Amino acid sequence: MSNLHLLDMKDWGSEPTRKGFGRGLVKAGDADEQVVALCADLTSSVQIAPFAEKYPERFVEVGVAEQNLVTVASGMAAMGKIPFAASYAAFNPGRNWEQIKTTVALNDVPVKVVGAHAGLYTGPDGATHQMLEDIALMRAMPNMVVVVPGDSVEAEKATIAMARDKRPGYLRLARDNTPVMTTDKTPFEIGKAYVFSPGQDITIIATGTMTSVALEAADKLFHDGIDAEVIHCPTIKPLDNATILASVKRTKKVITVEEAQIAGGLGGAVTELLSEHLPVPVMRMGVKDAYGQSGTPEELFQHYGLTAKHIVIQAHHLVDQK
Amino acid sequence: MGKTPKNFTAKKLSIEKLELIANDIRQDIIKSLENAGSGHSAGPLGLADIFSALYFDILKHDPSNVDWEERDIMLLSNGHCVPVQYAAMAESGYFPKKELMTLRKFGSRLQGHPERKKLPGLENTSGPLGSGLSQAAGFAMAMKMDKQSHRFVYVVTGDGELNEGNIWEAAMFTSKYNLHNVTAIVDRNNIQIDGTTEHVMPLEDLRGKWESFGWHVIEIDGNDVEAVIDACAMARAIVEKPVCIIAHTIPGKGVDYMEYDYHWHGMPVGLSDVAGAPPKNDQAKVALQELRSLRGKIRNEGSHDE
Repeated sequence: MSNLHLLDMKDWGSEPTRKGFGRGLVKAGDADEQVVALCADLTSSVQIAPFAEKYPERFVEVGVAEQNLVTVASGMAAMGKIPFAASYAAFNPGRNWEQIKTTVALNDVPVKVVGAHAGLYTGPDGATHQMLEDIALMRAMPNMVVVVPGDSVEAEKATIAMARDKRPGYLRLARDNTPVMTTDKTPFEIGKAYVFSPGQDITIIATGTMTSVALEAADKLFHDGIDAEVIHCPTIKPLDNATILASVKRTKKVITVEEAQIAGGLGGAVTELLSEHLPVPVMRMGVKDAYGQSGTPEELFQHYGLTAKHIVIQAHHLVDQK
Repeated sequence: MGKTPKNFTAKKLSIEKLELIANDIRQDIIKSLENAGSGHSAGPLGLADIFSALYFDILKHDPSNVDWEERDIMLLSNGHCVPVQYAAMAESGYFPKKELMTLRKFGSRLQGHPERKKLPGLENTSGPLGSGLSQAAGFAMAMKMDKQSHRFVYVVTGDGELNEGNIWEAAMFTSKYNLHNVTAIVDRNNIQIDGTTEHVMPLEDLRGKWESFGWHVIEIDGNDVEAVIDACAMARAIVEKPVCIIAHTIPGKGVDYMEYDYHWHGMPVGLSDVAGAPPKNDQAKVALQELRSLRGKIRNEGSHDE
């Protein structure tokens, strides 16, 4: 753990990942004047505001028009700009997927699609605004990099890394405060997964805000005598096959955890990899072919079976099976 | 300012010469579509005069230096009409004319709908309708940020394409930021796949729509090369608004049996027998004969240049 400079659980902070994005965007803008930001009438909410205040001449307000958001960004990127095009994930890429495919990904220009308020933390807003299909949608798109940061500190690094990356990208962000596990010194590289907690008995692969929950589960499992390895997988595409396969070779049992549809999400990606290279029992935890609904995030995570307790139960199922 | 390429400083071509080029483009459209065995006929034929004007008079461009930093940007929003752009590009020297015979074939740079990554000289990837105007606005927005006031962005759109909401999002946006170096050329040929535009989804009052979105509108005969050149010259001079040129064109222009007939929107010559058209095996031959005889007329009527 120490080489990753992670915080002890008792020292975890609390901040939304979108805040880290906001800081990262300003830093990316400081480093490269070609970085520009576009927003669809949600400037403060998706944390474009700090950039817009510092660089008003490099900020473009598009209005509530998500199709126009990414297609304008496409034109700007073709002119050498590095546009971050941000809105809620429910609309971006929920509404403008075809435009992203044709004018960004197939066209191969470095637009960064930023989907904020993704997943179940959008709580009371209900199913229409709880974007759960975005990972699957964006992962199916050739040329597209898909990044789901685990906390706000990592979101900041991911934003800076994506600005430097020449490929089209998708950055998934959550609304509410979530635990901050990493520090400025924790490494982040696009395409890398990290063993946040080493173990021997089972591999728990988590992405985004679910990594902190997986770490809590591993802590509980340790007291039950199960030594779980937790892999934090912030890049869904390209998937870090080597890190996952190396771990699963030892543990031969896998749980994936995400606050998204398991079909096509992290669960889909990991099972595709393992079924071809290392077939072992896999339990995919996430939302299972259902829509979200209004409620507090706590109620929703309980309802959809995505708490540390749920992970512990599933881990017991897999490990005790033998 | 970067170096000015040779072809841009060349003496302007006469209108007769541009009409002859449009005629060559039409013949290449027929040949390449017949060879492809699929693709759209009516739109590209109707657009030939506009593309002759764009590539041989209006655009600042250099086929031998496609990344020239001072070039104007030319975007095709209704990507299905790309056979006309390919023909104009080949005629300009972007690639050998014989490559037109690879249109829509496996391994070709000339994809059924245009792809920027496949063919140098294309500025965008399009086909799904309604996104070209936004992309044009994006190019213009970047130029504005970079204080490049001497470059122009031309985007050709279809009229059926104006059914798409994305177009009107872009229309509001371009006007809000007064991206006046954007010129939209709407190919008003009145047809789309299921019939006439006014039957499928009425567009009129089309001028009123664009004007109410904050655009300056110029209406022209889009099959008159000189009118296209003049309208674009005026568009460059208008700085208080972006400009929409509603170019009234005849779909299938130049091939008698195709003109005005929406059935030819999405069909190549030689594929099927159509009422009012020659048998399928003769369609290309008849079309080319007709275009060659039109070419003779241009030459005879052209006063001096040829």
